[in-house]
Amino acid sequence: MRRGDTLLFEQPPVVGAWAAAGGKKESEGPLASAFDFLTQDAGFAEQGCENWEQAESLLQRRAVELCLRKADIPRSKVDIAFAGDLQAQCTASNYTMRELGIPFAGVYGACSTMAETLALAAVFAATGMAERVLALTSSHFCAAERQFRTPLEYGAKRTPTAQWTATAAGACLVRAHGIGVPVRSVTFGRVQDYAVHDINNMGAAMMPAAASTLLHYFAASGTSPKDFDAIFTGDLGEVGTALLREQMAQEGLPLDNHKDCGCLLYDTAGQNVQAGGSGAGCSAAVLCCKILPMLAAGQLRRVLFVATGALMSQTTFLQGESIPGIAHCVELGGAQ
Amino acid sequence: MKLDPRRYDEMIGRASPPSPVVRDCAWAFCVGGAICTLGEGLRQLFLIWYDKTLAGTLTSIALIFLAALCTLPGWYQKLAAKAGAGTLVPITGFANSVVSPAIEFKAEGWITGVGAKIFGIAGPVIAYGTLASFVWGVLYWLLGKVG
Repeated sequence: MRRGDTLLFEQPPVVGAWAAAGGKKESEGPLASAFDFLTQDAGFAEQGCENWEQAESLLQRRAVELCLRKADIPRSKVDIAFAGDLQAQCTASNYTMRELGIPFAGVYGACSTMAETLALAAVFAATGMAERVLALTSSHFCAAERQFRTPLEYGAKRTPTAQWTATAAGACLVRAHGIGVPVRSVTFGRVQDYAVHDINNMGAAMMPAAASTLLHYFAASGTSPKDFDAIFTGDLGEVGTALLREQMAQEGLPLDNHKDCGCLLYDTAGQNVQAGGSGAGCSAAVLCCKILPMLAAGQLRRVLFVATGALMSQTTFLQGESIPGIAHCVELGGAQ
Repeated sequence: MKLDPRRYDEMIGRASPPSPVVRDCAWAFCVGGAICTLGEGLRQLFLIWYDKTLAGTLTSIALIFLAALCTLPGWYQKLAAKAGAGTLVPITGFANSVVSPAIEFKAEGWITGVGAKIFGIAGPVIAYGTLASFVWGVLYWLLGKVG
C-alpha cells in the first residue's frame, strides 16, 4: 500500500539473516565484537589481492558468504541481489557478483546504499517478485580515498568536520516469509540540495535529505519520533547530527531517541576519525552489528533506519557544483 | 521543510567546529622549523667538503631523498596529519606530493598509472611556477630596459 512517498507492506517481508565484515580501524571501535568477520590486513595481500579495489570486493564477498551461511542457504537459492558501493561504476559489487553468479541489479546511492538496497529487496519480497533477496553494500577507506581525495601516503591535514570512510561491508538476506526482523515500510527519499559546497562537511550536505525523508515518512504514516525506540541515521557524523536535531526541533518533531551510525561505528573522540564514520559500509555495518541484532533480541522493538548519501562526484565537485543529498528510510521491527 | 540555503549556511557555521588554529600553527612552526634546521645541519656538513653552491644543491637532494624514503612506510603522512603546512611548505612536501601518487597509482601500470599520475598534485605547482618565472623574467627584462 502506498501512502505519500511511503510503501507500507501488509505482509511484511523479514530480514532473515545478516552479516558484517570490517577492517582494522573497525576492529578497534566500539562495535568490534559484533562483526562476523574482521581483518587486520584490509588489503588482503595473503589472499592474492593486488589493489584496494579487489580488496573491497573480497571484503564484500566475505559478508555475503557469512550471511548466506547464517541463513543456511546456498547462493543458488538467492533470487536476486541488490548491491552497490562507492567505487566508480560500482565495480566492487560487479566483481563480487562475477564470483557469486546471482541475478544482480547494481545500485548507487553513495552512503545511503544500504537502506536503498534493503528497501528494494523488501519491495521485491513483499510483492512476491522474489522469495529470497540479498541487499548488500561496502566501502573501503583506501579505495575511496584515492578516488575522492588524495593518495594514501600524501601528507594532508583533515578538517574537524571531515568524516572517515569505513572499511566495511554488510549483507542482509530478505525473505518474503519466515522468521526474522520485519520490514514494515520503506520510503525512498527525494534529492535535497541546500547549496553546501564543502566536500569536507558531508554531514551538513546530507542533513536536509535526512530531515526531508523523515518528515515525509512521519506525515505519511501518521507517526512521530516518540513512536519509535530509536531512529538511526547514517552517516551524518557529529556535525550533521547536531544540525538534524536542530532542524527537526524546528519542525516540531524533536528527535530525543536519535542515533547516528557515523557516531556509533567508531569512538569519535579516541580514534582520530574527526566528525565520525562515513561510507556505504558504515551504516551497513551498524545495521548488521547493532540494529538488527538488537531488534532480533527484543532490545529494540521498532526503529527507523535512515541511511544518507551525498550524490556528487569528484568531477562535479571540481566543477563547482553543490552537493546533493539523498536519504532512504526503512522501518524495521514492530509487532508481528 | 522550514529551511532555506542562507539560514542553513548560518546553522552549519554554528554547528561546525573550527580548526584549532593555534595548535595547528604551533605544530607547523615546530615541525617546519625542525625540517629547515635539519637542512641547515646537512648544509654545514656538506660545506666541510664542498663549496657553497654545491653544498646547497646537495642539501636539497638529501632532503628530497629523505622525504621520499619517509613517504614509503607512511611516516611522512602520519607526521603531516599533525604538522599541516609545516610539512607541506618545505621542499620535503613537494617530494611527498610526487612520491605518494607514484605509489598509489602503480596498480594502474607504469605508463598510465605512475607516469600519468605522478605529477597529479605537484603538476599545478610546476605549471604555475614556470608561468610565474616567465612573467617575472619579462618584467626583469623590461625593468632593465627602463633602468
